[in-house]
Amino acid sequence: MRAPWELALLAAALLVPALGSRFYTFLANDVLIWALFATSLNLLVGYTGLVSFGHAAYFGIGAYTTGLLMKKLSLPFLIAFPAAGVLAGGFALLFGFFCVRLTRIYFAMLTLAFAQIVWAICFKWNEVTGGEQGMPEIPYPSLDWMGRLPLVGGLRTSDHFYLVTVVLVALCLWVLRRVVGSPFGRMLTTIRENAERAEFIGVNVRRYELAAFVLAGAFAGLAGGLFGIFNRGVFPDFAYWTKSSEVLIMTLLGGMGTFYGPALGALALILLNQQIVSYTEYWPFVLGTILIVLLFVFPGGLAGAAGTALRWLRRPA
Amino acid sequence: MPDFSFIFAQSISGLTAAMFLFLIAAGLSLIFGVLRVLNFAHGTFYMLGAYAAFQFMQWLGPGRGRFWLAALGAAAAIALLGGLVERFLFRHLYGAEELYQLLFTYALVLVLGDAAKMLWGTQQKSVSAPPELGGKALSLFGATIPYYNLFIILLGPVIALGFWLTLQRTRAGRFIRAAALDRETLGALGVNVDALYTWVFVLASFLGGLGGALISPMRATTPGMDTEIIVEAFVVVVIGGLGSFWGTFFGALIYGQVLSFGILFFPRFSIFAVFALMAAVLILRPWGLLGRPLK
Repeated sequence: MRAPWELALLAAALLVPALGSRFYTFLANDVLIWALFATSLNLLVGYTGLVSFGHAAYFGIGAYTTGLLMKKLSLPFLIAFPAAGVLAGGFALLFGFFCVRLTRIYFAMLTLAFAQIVWAICFKWNEVTGGEQGMPEIPYPSLDWMGRLPLVGGLRTSDHFYLVTVVLVALCLWVLRRVVGSPFGRMLTTIRENAERAEFIGVNVRRYELAAFVLAGAFAGLAGGLFGIFNRGVFPDFAYWTKSSEVLIMTLLGGMGTFYGPALGALALILLNQQIVSYTEYWPFVLGTILIVLLFVFPGGLAGAAGTALRWLRRPA
Repeated sequence: MPDFSFIFAQSISGLTAAMFLFLIAAGLSLIFGVLRVLNFAHGTFYMLGAYAAFQFMQWLGPGRGRFWLAALGAAAAIALLGGLVERFLFRHLYGAEELYQLLFTYALVLVLGDAAKMLWGTQQKSVSAPPELGGKALSLFGATIPYYNLFIILLGPVIALGFWLTLQRTRAGRFIRAAALDRETLGALGVNVDALYTWVFVLASFLGGLGGALISPMRATTPGMDTEIIVEAFVVVVIGGLGSFWGTFFGALIYGQVLSFGILFFPRFSIFAVFALMAAVLILRPWGLLGRPLK
């Protein structure tokens, strides 16, 4: 993170528990995890131009992995968390191998089919996943050592977990940022712009797409791992297709192809949701309406709209 | 080994499910074939069809033949809704990216689904079967088939045939097939393609609404049935071939049998089997069993 505003943002995020409100920490934690989830999807949709309709599968796999390892096998978080990324990445490799052979709508349909397979397994495999009832009471990681630290020692367990989330999400975003800026990331953008031409100059397009798919899946898995603990339970609908659409909406709302757009989208949607649900139970109605307005008026998302506004302000008089 | 009558009953129940799925998936496939868009809102049209049938039944009060009136009225209302959505909203997204079109139809799912909740609440609604068919059943090979299921099983092929003849033999059908191949040339030949697209939407929504209205005596109408059915309809059109007419029919038949025999042999994983089949078809023959590869 070279830009100081990113560090400032990180510092601000770390200071949220200092406000002393359980609710603000909860919200911030929610936003961070979804921001990571949406950013991982953006690597596919925004940077590589692959529209996945089943990204929730990897989120769900990650959530179940961490949840199962911590609850049933009582393994420490230090093992259960990376395992979420590894397993989700592994499944992304398996599924992605077939998906990247297809294009456009067929690609989207196959990602959807795989995600529904994951959902069906989570939904029905009672012995392992708890089936329809899900798996409640995922324990928090043991963070006793944080209680002995100065400054943060007196905070609640949920605040401790929040601080861990901040650090881990920041780390993941940093890695993703490096990926996007690397020659590999540039090549993904090239593929998005013109896959045929990339093929002509000797790029193995499928291999690059698969690599992007695996990376996106792994980071979605990490987000899922955190979310299961944060949510205090893992449920089959984590992998249901409507979850995949939710994260797509966040990505679109924030602006695809801009690195921090999806995170911004996650922030905007979660804050908005909090505001709206205190007035009406019809949040999906509001969300749908926002989405329609967005599609017709600001197809670039929030980040795109902000960019346009900035250009307009800076225009030569 | 289960005896024959059990297997027969199971295949009949699969056939009934298949005919409903065909009604829904035919509209989805038609819209995809012509407009190249997967309409997520199609499942919502189906749900609204069921609610509308319930509402019309309430309004009509007791009387002979009211179920049929309500079902046709519901289908017509949903057809109108589909036409309006196409004419005033969807039309403006034809030039946009595929993702935007998909998300627009998903936005409709959210808005219309919640609107249904506002109008009809979250309590499940049920419609009684028409008295001419309700309560009676046919005994065949030791299995009992309710008359209503029999009616659905017969109606499916009739609608399929009628639909196919419309596409093959009428002027409008020829235009629709031409629009699926080359919209611009058709427009240059003087056909009003805009109006044609609206009619495609109207027809597809009519079928979706009719499917919902007809299923309402068999299954209670609840919120959430829209997101459930649309994925099933996707499976059907993918198996048969996106945009392929008989493929959709064939896909529905396969889906119905896989689901009802899946429950028989491995009860826990019949949903799994269906999606695995969808994935397998996409991997081996992405254009579906009866479809043709897209250019």
